[in-house]
Amino acid sequence: MGIVSSSYVGRSVERVEDAALLSGLGRYIDDLGTRPGTLHAAILRSPHAHADILGIDVQVAKALPGVTAVVTGRDLDAVTTGLVPALRAAVDARAIAVDRVRYVGEPVAIVVARDRYLAEDGCDLIEVQYRVRPAVVDPLSALAPDSEILHEGVGANCVSDRRFRYGDPEAAFADSPHSLSVTVRYPRNTGSPMETYGVVASYDPTDDSYDVLANFQGPFSIHAVVARALKVPGNRLRLRTPPDSGGSFGVKQGVAPYAVLIAATARLVGQPVKWIEDRLEHLSASVSATNRVTTLRAAFDADGRVTALDWDQVEDCGAYLRAPEPATLYRMHGNLTGAYAIRNVAVRNRVVLTNKTPTGLVRGFGGPQVYYPLERLMQRIALTLGLDPFAVIRRNLIPADAFPYRTATGALYDSGDYQRALDEAARDGGLDELKRRRDAARAEGRLYGIGLTAAVEPSVSNMGYITTVLTAEERAKAGPKNGAQSTATITLDPVGSVTVQVASVPQGQGHRTVLAQVVADVLGLPMEQVRVTADLDTAKDAWSIASGNYASRFAAAVAGVAHLAATRLRDRLARIAAAQLNLRPEDLLFAGGRIASRLNPDAGLPFARVAATSHWSPGLVPEDLGAVIRETVFWTPPELTAPDAEDHINSSLCHGFIFDICGLEIDRVTGKIIIDRYVSMHDCGRILHPGMVEGQVRGGFAQALGAAVFEELSYGDDGAFLSGTFADYLLPTATEVPDLRILHVESPSPFTPLGAKGVGEGNCMSTPVCLANAVADALGLEAIDLPLTPAKLAALAAGGEERAPPAGHSAPKPATKAGDRTLRGEGSATVTAPPETVWAMLLDPDVLASVIPGSHGVRKLSGTRFQADVTLGVGPVKGRYKAEVTLSDLDEPRAVTLTGTVTGGLGSGGGTGRLTLEPDGAGGTRIAYVYEAAVGGKVAAVGGRLLDGAARVIIGGFFTALARRAGGSGERRLRLPAALRRLLARLGVSA
Amino acid sequence: MPQLDAKGRHTVAFTLNGRETTVEVETRTLLTDALRHGLGATGTHVGCEHGVCGACTVSIDGVPARACLTLAVGVEGCAVRTVEGLAPEPGRLGVLQAAFRRRHALQCGFCTAGILMSLDAYLVLRPNPSRREITEVIGGHLCRCTGYAPIIEAALEAAAELRGDIPAPSSPEAAHA
Repeated sequence: MGIVSSSYVGRSVERVEDAALLSGLGRYIDDLGTRPGTLHAAILRSPHAHADILGIDVQVAKALPGVTAVVTGRDLDAVTTGLVPALRAAVDARAIAVDRVRYVGEPVAIVVARDRYLAEDGCDLIEVQYRVRPAVVDPLSALAPDSEILHEGVGANCVSDRRFRYGDPEAAFADSPHSLSVTVRYPRNTGSPMETYGVVASYDPTDDSYDVLANFQGPFSIHAVVARALKVPGNRLRLRTPPDSGGSFGVKQGVAPYAVLIAATARLVGQPVKWIEDRLEHLSASVSATNRVTTLRAAFDADGRVTALDWDQVEDCGAYLRAPEPATLYRMHGNLTGAYAIRNVAVRNRVVLTNKTPTGLVRGFGGPQVYYPLERLMQRIALTLGLDPFAVIRRNLIPADAFPYRTATGALYDSGDYQRALDEAARDGGLDELKRRRDAARAEGRLYGIGLTAAVEPSVSNMGYITTVLTAEERAKAGPKNGAQSTATITLDPVGSVTVQVASVPQGQGHRTVLAQVVADVLGLPMEQVRVTADLDTAKDAWSIASGNYASRFAAAVAGVAHLAATRLRDRLARIAAAQLNLRPEDLLFAGGRIASRLNPDAGLPFARVAATSHWSPGLVPEDLGAVIRETVFWTPPELTAPDAEDHINSSLCHGFIFDICGLEIDRVTGKIIIDRYVSMHDCGRILHPGMVEGQVRGGFAQALGAAVFEELSYGDDGAFLSGTFADYLLPTATEVPDLRILHVESPSPFTPLGAKGVGEGNCMSTPVCLANAVADALGLEAIDLPLTPAKLAALAAGGEERAPPAGHSAPKPATKAGDRTLRGEGSATVTAPPETVWAMLLDPDVLASVIPGSHGVRKLSGTRFQADVTLGVGPVKGRYKAEVTLSDLDEPRAVTLTGTVTGGLGSGGGTGRLTLEPDGAGGTRIAYVYEAAVGGKVAAVGGRLLDGAARVIIGGFFTALARRAGGSGERRLRLPAALRRLLARLGVSA
Repeated sequence: MPQLDAKGRHTVAFTLNGRETTVEVETRTLLTDALRHGLGATGTHVGCEHGVCGACTVSIDGVPARACLTLAVGVEGCAVRTVEGLAPEPGRLGVLQAAFRRRHALQCGFCTAGILMSLDAYLVLRPNPSRREITEVIGGHLCRCTGYAPIIEAALEAAAELRGDIPAPSSPEAAHA
């Protein structure tokens, strides 16, 4: 029996998904109807990075008409338990804070109301009392013995410390004539899909079951985590995904904690509940890639041949270890030698928790954190020895005849010809021409650099790799974990049409198109006759823990298993047809919608008729065949074995190869990177759909460019989150993404049914360091960390050392150190009233009420303590706050220190000011003030760029009003700059 | 425009894709929410709700606007066009839409509606745009999937077809190398 040579696979056919998406007929989670009576949730989140919750007053919020309930962590305690991490550690693993918050954006309460607007109104009315603790932000500081501890149960912020040894690294270092190390601080970033998280959940108390619709992307191992957190067996958690998803890039794995929160809330309120995340929530508290501090040391000979690597990685997983973390650290464990034949490796892996958003899946998952130090190191080795980086990379590559190749740490590289890929990339990418351009540019004094990167792109994760974090003894106790089940179901209906169902949960990649291509080819049908559904329902569809959309597993595993299912179905249909045609099954050909003799095409039957036989005429089906109606195949590659006793792990099934070349120039004045040419050579095995492969490469490249140059989820020293809008977290736009020259060689994978490998994540791994290598080359740097912002590069171009950018974007006085977000200011005014009068005014709540900007009234708590309700605006973000002011160091009537805190739904702040009153010699008073203040919470996240100006306006407004009350004419004497006066006027503060 | 009661609900009348329609909203209701949840026109998407990403772009009286920064009460009497109004008839794609499909100018499709609306308006204004100009227009939108290059190609190809410079491409794969 045969199949016709493929007529769809390998072609860039139009996608079956597109007509609906282009017509506004997509069905994303927020487009689907909900059951009558569905309520809407909004989540109140912590403004503090680290604080105890002393009390939550929900009474006012609850009383708001339209609000059904306010649910706190304590309320949810009764119906939920923690989210189990991959690593047993005594961490509080709730999806919502109970008595302590550990990152900005951590859920504190959920308001459930008739509509989302009312739910958000309710959030504004909740009053939470916090006692702020010192925040731990830096992963290395978190390791210090005197560091504040996030989880007392663990006793330290380091929750895992493992050492590994492969080959004989000590001997290799001892024997080596050269060694060199790089230290890299890889920053935080995220995939930031255009669609945010969404969950719609209901609970049926009659059988204790949950129905959860969530734009979750897998892995469905997390289904077990969510079911456990909801305290139900797996079959009582029906998890469904919507037909369309607005992108994920790994990130929508992180919707899982919200599935728990919203489902449990639905149970408590007794009605279905819907929640759609907003962008601030997404940027501040969905998931982030890990930030990592790595020191990588290499031993090498005079030719630059590397004989050993020594990795020291400190992985920052944020405030909680959420499953599958610390997977980011172990996904690449088999690939720690990259594309190189290095046999001796030492590794120390530490996982620390800090007061930042918990980490999770982000495209590239662990790859960029590994390749950045590895490929920086290769460039440094070449420069140290005075060799060409291309030659050093090429010299160290795994030989083409060595595949399948077992790496020192245990990965089994399936196929490749790295030397050929390198040579073709250099030839077709014009490496020599770029070198000439560099020479010419440098001759003119311009800053031009070339970067190179070789990377192995793993795909189809071994579900057992994460257990490498455990010791061999712990693994033996827990039982071995391994494999990667993929599944496809093909169904024939009574008119013989074909439906394919998969558990790949596509996030926009076009899986339905490729599956239609694959199955249509096997069954010899026009593609239009194969319909594919990819929305998953765990109650009805075939799935397993590896199901979902991650680890670039679609082309290699899911399209492969669909091919297996179609082939098996075809072979069974052939036997039905053979029985009716009196032919041998192996003589039949499936083509053109018919099943016919390959020798005599007239002897045949329409496909549909044979396909419908088991429905209408089971009597015609050979008895041993059973019903040929539905074929479900599960496939797991045998190569994905559990870690062995020596910690070797084949962490992924397929290994693609990338070689990137970048030529760029840096504008000496602005620090802007101008990419002259970017060449990306890929070997992703057999290409199933060239258009989609190109789309994956281009999309990955654009995200990598963002991660390298524009994007950072940034935090202040106090843990305040500073990039809560798309004006702070800068995604590249069409005007920033340069042209890309994509090249391919094809080394089909011997381990996958179609020979395909993953391709979606490679550039996220290779491009950041390729750009950094080019920048280092242009500026002659030894060390450079991301992001490569213009400000940073301009400073470096000017000859300075790498200077961390001032946090909070633009402090008026440069911050003394990175992350210090203190606002400082001073001013003075002269008033006609004498110091004694001014002094008395300062202690009078009525006067204060009239001079504090936005005040709704001031209460005197004691002789020196005041409380005020104020409305303050920072840019467009206006909110109501509670202010407390304490006077101290009273030197009547000459000086006083004011210490204040401001707390509200939009954030919190605190500061200290010293006010001095001096007689001006004419019966009046000269009032002078200096202050220091810091602001956190939502205001800091969305208004960082406006904060300093706004603080000045508010503080200036106070003194202006005070001066006016004291008979001064502040307008003239306050000496405010004209621009500030105009701003004040615009904001409604008269100056 | 009449003064509206902040607490009350208001009936807003406008045309949506050429059809007269009304929707009842609060004064604070965003146009995105009125279109999507009030009228079921879910083709307009919400990506950031602060006017940066452009996913919610619709046409109001022929001018592209961010629906997430527009109050629904503000479109009283206006002609609003959304992605649902782009196709010449149900089941058929317009020239721009078809070019997007041919060029693989979308993946998840979430940002696409806004980009189509911006380009649709721009190509009326500038039938013969340069690559630079098209890039600038698309630069007003965030797409996280495609890397933008195929969107630019699709827009230029659609512009050429709309001008009559090239015939409607027939082969689905002609566009792809």
